[in-house]
Amino acid sequence: MDNQRRKFLKIAGISALAGIGAPALAKLTSTSAFAAAQEGHTAAAGAAHGATEQSGIQLGMVIDMRKFIEKPEMLDRAIAACARVHNVPEFPPEKKKSEIKWIWKTPFENAFTDQSQARLSTAVEHAQFPVLCNHCAEPACVKVCPTKATFKQKDNGIVAMDYHRCIGCRFCMAGCPYGARSFNWEDPRPYVKTYNPDFPTRMRGVVEKCNFCGERLALGLKPACVEACEGSGAMVFGDINDEKSEVRQVLAKEFTIQRNASAGTKPSVFYIV
Amino acid sequence: MIEKTLKGKPAYWIWLAFLGTFVAIGAACYVRQYIYGLALTGMSRDVSWGIYISQFTFLVGVAAGGLMLVLPYYIHDYKAFGKLTILGEFLAISAIAMCLMFIMADLGQPLRGLNMILHPTPNSMLFWDMVVLLGYLTLNVLCGWVILTAERKGVHPPKWIYIFVYISIPFAVSIHTVTAMLYCGLPGRHFWLSAIIAPRFLASAFAAGPALIVVACLIMKRVAHFDAGKEALAKLSTIIMYAAIINTFFVILEFFVGYYSNVPGHIHSLQYLFFGLEHHGHVYNNLVPFMWGSVFLNFAGLGLLAYMKFNEWTDGMLGAACVMIFFALWIDKGLGFVLGGFVPNMLDQVVEYYPTANEVGITLGIWAAGFFLVTVLYKIAVGVEHEIE
Repeated sequence: MDNQRRKFLKIAGISALAGIGAPALAKLTSTSAFAAAQEGHTAAAGAAHGATEQSGIQLGMVIDMRKFIEKPEMLDRAIAACARVHNVPEFPPEKKKSEIKWIWKTPFENAFTDQSQARLSTAVEHAQFPVLCNHCAEPACVKVCPTKATFKQKDNGIVAMDYHRCIGCRFCMAGCPYGARSFNWEDPRPYVKTYNPDFPTRMRGVVEKCNFCGERLALGLKPACVEACEGSGAMVFGDINDEKSEVRQVLAKEFTIQRNASAGTKPSVFYIV
Repeated sequence: MIEKTLKGKPAYWIWLAFLGTFVAIGAACYVRQYIYGLALTGMSRDVSWGIYISQFTFLVGVAAGGLMLVLPYYIHDYKAFGKLTILGEFLAISAIAMCLMFIMADLGQPLRGLNMILHPTPNSMLFWDMVVLLGYLTLNVLCGWVILTAERKGVHPPKWIYIFVYISIPFAVSIHTVTAMLYCGLPGRHFWLSAIIAPRFLASAFAAGPALIVVACLIMKRVAHFDAGKEALAKLSTIIMYAAIINTFFVILEFFVGYYSNVPGHIHSLQYLFFGLEHHGHVYNNLVPFMWGSVFLNFAGLGLLAYMKFNEWTDGMLGAACVMIFFALWIDKGLGFVLGGFVPNMLDQVVEYYPTANEVGITLGIWAAGFFLVTVLYKIAVGVEHEIE
C-alpha cells in the first residue's frame, strides 16, 4: 500500500511539474487557449437559446465509427490499453454486479438513446460503439458531488476524480446522464490483471471513471485508447475550443453526433457515424 | 426525565428486547458489510441506490409529517393537539436518526463522512439536505425537551422557545423539499425529472407521518393508558385523508403526462413499476406486485377513512386505515420511487435490483433502532403526561 502511495505521489509530482510548462497541451493545441477565446468562435453545439460560448481549453474527442466498423479489433485494443494503463479490474461473469467500466463497447441503441433507432443501416445496427466519460463542459456529476471529490480541471477541461476524498455516496452516478461512472463495490485489486505501478489502484467504496489519461497528457503522451488507434484516425483527441486543433479540423469537416445532448451537459465526445 | 425509560411493565421490556434483537442482527450485518464492502448488497453500477436510500427518502417524509401536529397547535391554536405535538417532535427525532443511519449504511467510505462538512459544496443538494436535516433534528430535540420539561414542572414554556417552534415549521417543509431536489434536479433521469416530486413528497409525508402517530396513539391507549382524545384522532384522520388524496392525485398526473404525451422517457419507469417493461423479449416486472399492493392499500385505506366520516367509527377501523395508508406510501416512496428511477439505466438497459439478505438485515436493524428510540422517547412523554395527571 505504501509503495503504491509513493508511486502515486511521484506521478502527481511529475504531473504538476509538467503542468507548469504544459508541453503536452502545447502539442495537442496549436494556438493558446486565450487566443481561441479572444477570437470568439463558438465551440460545439451552440444552437440552444442563450447558449454561451465556451472558452478555455476543453479537451475532447472525435470517434470515427467508419474506421471502427472497418477494423472492430482496434476498439478491443483501445479498451485493453485503457484497462492496462489504469489498473481497471476485470471481474468474472458471476461478479458482473461489481464491474468497473472506463471505456467499453455498446450497440447504437444503447449509446444513442435519444437518437432515432428506426431503420438503422445494417453496418450501424451491428456496430459496437465505444462509450466513455464525456468530460462535459457543464458536468452534472460535478454539480451534485457533496465533497468536490469530482471536479473540472480548469487548465484542460477534464472531469477528474479525487479517490481520496470521495465518500462513496454515488450521487454522481445518479447524476451522470451517460452511465459513465463505476463504483468499487468491493476491493478491486485482486481483479487487476496486469498491474501498472505508474497509476494508483483504487480502494473499495469510491467512484471512478475515465480521466482522459490526465496523467499521460502531463508526460506528453496521448490517451491510451487514442494511442492504440494511432494512425487510423479512429480517435482524434485535442482541444475542441481551439479552431486550429486537429480535432476541430475534423469537426469542421464531418457531421458528428453526441450522446444524450438533450441533457444539456455539453459533452466533449463526438461521433462520426 | 430519562429515568422514566428505566421503569416499565414486562411488555415494555419484551418489546425493547424484541427490537434490540433486530438491532443486534443489523449491527452484525453492518460489520460484515463494513469489512467486505457494499458488494454484499444487491446494488450495481446500474441500480446504484437501493433500499438504504429509498428508506432514507421515505423517513425524511415521516419526520416532516410531524408538522401536521405542530402547525395546527402552534399557528391555529388548535387545542386538541396539545398532548400530541410532543409525539410529532419525538417521532421526527427518531425518523431523522434513522435517516442518518441509512445514509451512513449507504456510504462507500463512511469514515470520510465528515468531508461533507470539511469541504462544504453549496452546489450539491446533498450538502443542503445535510444542513436542513441536522437543523431540523436540533430544533426538534430543543423544542421537544424544553416544552416537555416545562410541562412537567407545571409552568408555561419559556417565550424564547416559540421562536424555534415557528422556525421548525418551514424547516419541516424544507427537509422534504430538499430531499425531493436530490432527485428532481438530475438530467437524464426522466422519472425523477418532474417538478411535482417535491409537492408529491410533501403530500405523502403529511399522510404517512400522522398515520404512524395515530397507530402509536392507539397502541399507547391500550398499553400505557394514554388517551389522545377522540377529537384529536378524528382531526388527524381528516388530515391523513386529504394528504393521501392529494398524493394520489399527483401520482395520477404523472401517469397522464407519461401516457398521454407518449414520450418514452416519461413512460418507461411507470411501465416498469406498474405493468412490467418489455425489453428484448423479456418483461421486467419484479416491483409490479408491490406497486399494485400499494394502489390497493391506498384506496382501501382512503375508502375506510371516508366511511368513517359518515358513520360511527372504532379505534380498530382507524388503526386499520392508518396502517394501510402507511404501507401504501411506504411502497410508493420507500421502494418504487427510488428503484424505479434507475430503470431503464442511462444506456436504455434494464437491470433489476434485488436486496440481499445482509442488506435486508441492516435495513431491519435500522428500522428497529428507530422504533427503539421512538418507544423510549414516547415512554418519557407519556410518563410526564401521567405525572401531571
